[in-house]
Amino acid sequence: MALSTPEAVDTAPAKSDLTSAHTKKWALWFVGIAVAVWVFYTFFLLHLPTGVQTLVREWMPLGSINEALVWVICAVGLNIVVGYAGLLDLGFVAFWAIGGYTAGWLMSTFFNQISNGIYFLSAAPPNQPGIHLNFWLVLVAAGCVCAGAGIIIGAPTLRLKSDYLALVTLGFGEIIPQVFLNAENIHGFNLSNGAKGIAPLDNISPLPFGPSTITIGKATIAISKPLGPFDVTAKYVIFVLVAAFCIFVSLRIREGRLGRAWLAIREDELAASMMGVPLMRTKLAAYAVGAFMGGLGGVVYAVHNNSVFPDRFNFAISIILLAMVVLGGMGNVWGVIVGALGLAWFNSTGLPQFGDSFNTQFGTDINFPSYNYLLFGSILVLMMLFRREGLFPETRTRQVLQEAERSDDEELDGGEA
Amino acid sequence: MTITAVEAADSRPVLLRREKIERGLGIALLVGVTIWLIWNFLAGPVQFINVGLAGLRLGAIYALIALGYTLVYGIIELINFAHGDLFMLGSVFSAIVLVNWLGAGTGGAKNWALMVLTLLIVMALCALLNVTAERVAYRRLRRAPKLAPLITAVGISFIFQWFGLVLNGSAPKSWPKVIPEGGIVLGPVTIEWSTILVTIVTVPLLVGLSYIVQRTRQGKAMRATAQDQDAARLMGINVDRTIAFTFALGGAMAGAAGLLFLETFGTTRYDAGFQLGLIAFTAAVLGGIGNLQGAVLGGVLIGLIQGFNDGLPYGFGQKWSQTVVFTILILLMVFKPEGILGKPTIEKV
Repeated sequence: MALSTPEAVDTAPAKSDLTSAHTKKWALWFVGIAVAVWVFYTFFLLHLPTGVQTLVREWMPLGSINEALVWVICAVGLNIVVGYAGLLDLGFVAFWAIGGYTAGWLMSTFFNQISNGIYFLSAAPPNQPGIHLNFWLVLVAAGCVCAGAGIIIGAPTLRLKSDYLALVTLGFGEIIPQVFLNAENIHGFNLSNGAKGIAPLDNISPLPFGPSTITIGKATIAISKPLGPFDVTAKYVIFVLVAAFCIFVSLRIREGRLGRAWLAIREDELAASMMGVPLMRTKLAAYAVGAFMGGLGGVVYAVHNNSVFPDRFNFAISIILLAMVVLGGMGNVWGVIVGALGLAWFNSTGLPQFGDSFNTQFGTDINFPSYNYLLFGSILVLMMLFRREGLFPETRTRQVLQEAERSDDEELDGGEA
Repeated sequence: MTITAVEAADSRPVLLRREKIERGLGIALLVGVTIWLIWNFLAGPVQFINVGLAGLRLGAIYALIALGYTLVYGIIELINFAHGDLFMLGSVFSAIVLVNWLGAGTGGAKNWALMVLTLLIVMALCALLNVTAERVAYRRLRRAPKLAPLITAVGISFIFQWFGLVLNGSAPKSWPKVIPEGGIVLGPVTIEWSTILVTIVTVPLLVGLSYIVQRTRQGKAMRATAQDQDAARLMGINVDRTIAFTFALGGAMAGAAGLLFLETFGTTRYDAGFQLGLIAFTAAVLGGIGNLQGAVLGGVLIGLIQGFNDGLPYGFGQKWSQTVVFTILILLMVFKPEGILGKPTIEKV
């Protein structure tokens, strides 16, 4: 995977300026759209005619935007492992599950052995058993637990060849949800409540103090009020902040020393190690940072659903995440975000809604959501065949992935394939 | 001067401390498993043998699937993720052809003949499907970075799953089996008919496959292509056709495994392929990926391990059996990626 095309050398100095201007433009778009969506759902939607309101609520409910944001957080994390460091991880769902269960343990009445309850800045009602920590703390805790898990998984496996690594991660992605599914009675200790899962979780509040709500016109904005299942707008704000944090972190690391080391490893491991990049430490860092974001995604997903169930964490999640990263363009954070938002919306709302409309229109009875297997499979295959660098490629990724395929003569000339 | 060189080659390589620790842990693990097996055998010999027979039956099916992984990996170093789903499609095709089209019931010479016919049809169908996938997708990516064909294989696995979902529906389906329940009773031990069927189908297939690879012209072409594609091409071997032939062989084995799975368990599930495929892949790695005998050995071992774990009084029980197998996969990958019969390889840079 040598990156030795002459263009790469020529464009290198000009590119970094371009990247930062480019990044600023995209970052402005992200903030702008995020604020616009919030303003629209908080203030404008209530004033629109009922027909339009129904249409918006059916095709673009804020709940599905929130879910898409969960996917964005995880996809940005996976992008660090797959896109930046070039390590194929097919078990990312493991971190999602660990994050979710950390939220379940630290924000619910699940550990009823603790009868008085442990409280810390929580919006949960007092005098309940279990552990009730503040949501933001749980985010940090889950991120750290997942980063630790990432290091534990990565340390022995990262010396493997790329395709073996993919399988080991896949194995972990299978084992960890199964452990959660089966661990309801480990010598009498209930770790995960088995298939029944952990539900409900504590209600969270955006801030642990301050006024309960603020009212502007027809709209009420929650501040320290415990959020129920229908306070999607406040949850939207929280999710956007978490997603923005992940995006910011991944962009900043990308520009720094560690990020450049990741790209170097992705492009040529041997050359990178010759240049003094410590391979193991750098790869482990990619795993840890990616897993941290997977953990954040897990907590956010648990809060979004107000529950944690082991059967939600299946292999399909890892593959859908991979499809998002591949579709958007490996290594390009903004492309990955667009891919994640698009695919997540399509999977959760677009396809079922389209199916319903289609079926009522033509009187058919086709189960459209079952086509998502075909959809995601085809995306992966077609992208790999025709546009390996994704829809919004980074110049650098394109050069690596679209490296001129060697002709047969060159191949005989000492090629190593 | 040459004498010292020979002497140096003769002297044993010094083991690093880490290698010593790994070897020690490996031996401890094997001893532990042996003690566990003996203990279980003493606790209930009859149950031990019955469970072992069931494990062997499962192992034969795993061996057939593992061969498909190992053939493809051996020739183009691709982990064909879609192979497990191809096996699942094999079981669904078998059910549809045997029960819906040919209308076979249980027992009787006519039904047995129909089953043999189905076996041939399904092997051909799966071979065709695998060759199509190779032609449409993998062939174009042969010189691409390694990530690309791997992701493509995952995508094809999803497409196969969708196909299975369309054919089979989302719920598991039960089908009538040609082979009757029961079996040969030897005192307290029962050798089930399905175990016998699995044996009499698997053994000739393995012998035939090994004959093709070791003795025929096409097999020689396969081995040459696996060693060095360019040199093989220079020797006048049609590399594309040889690789397609390898995919066809692997697909045919998956089809046979599908029919045997149907006849053993009597159910088809659209999502069976992923987990069974992964277990079979573990088997291929255990035996040494790229090594045909290794795949069979690994398949039988994994089948036995799963059977013992599911059925023995001191096992973890069925709900943990996948976790056990995947843990074996991870330990193997980390400590002995070359498997039992494989040769250690150094990754080319």
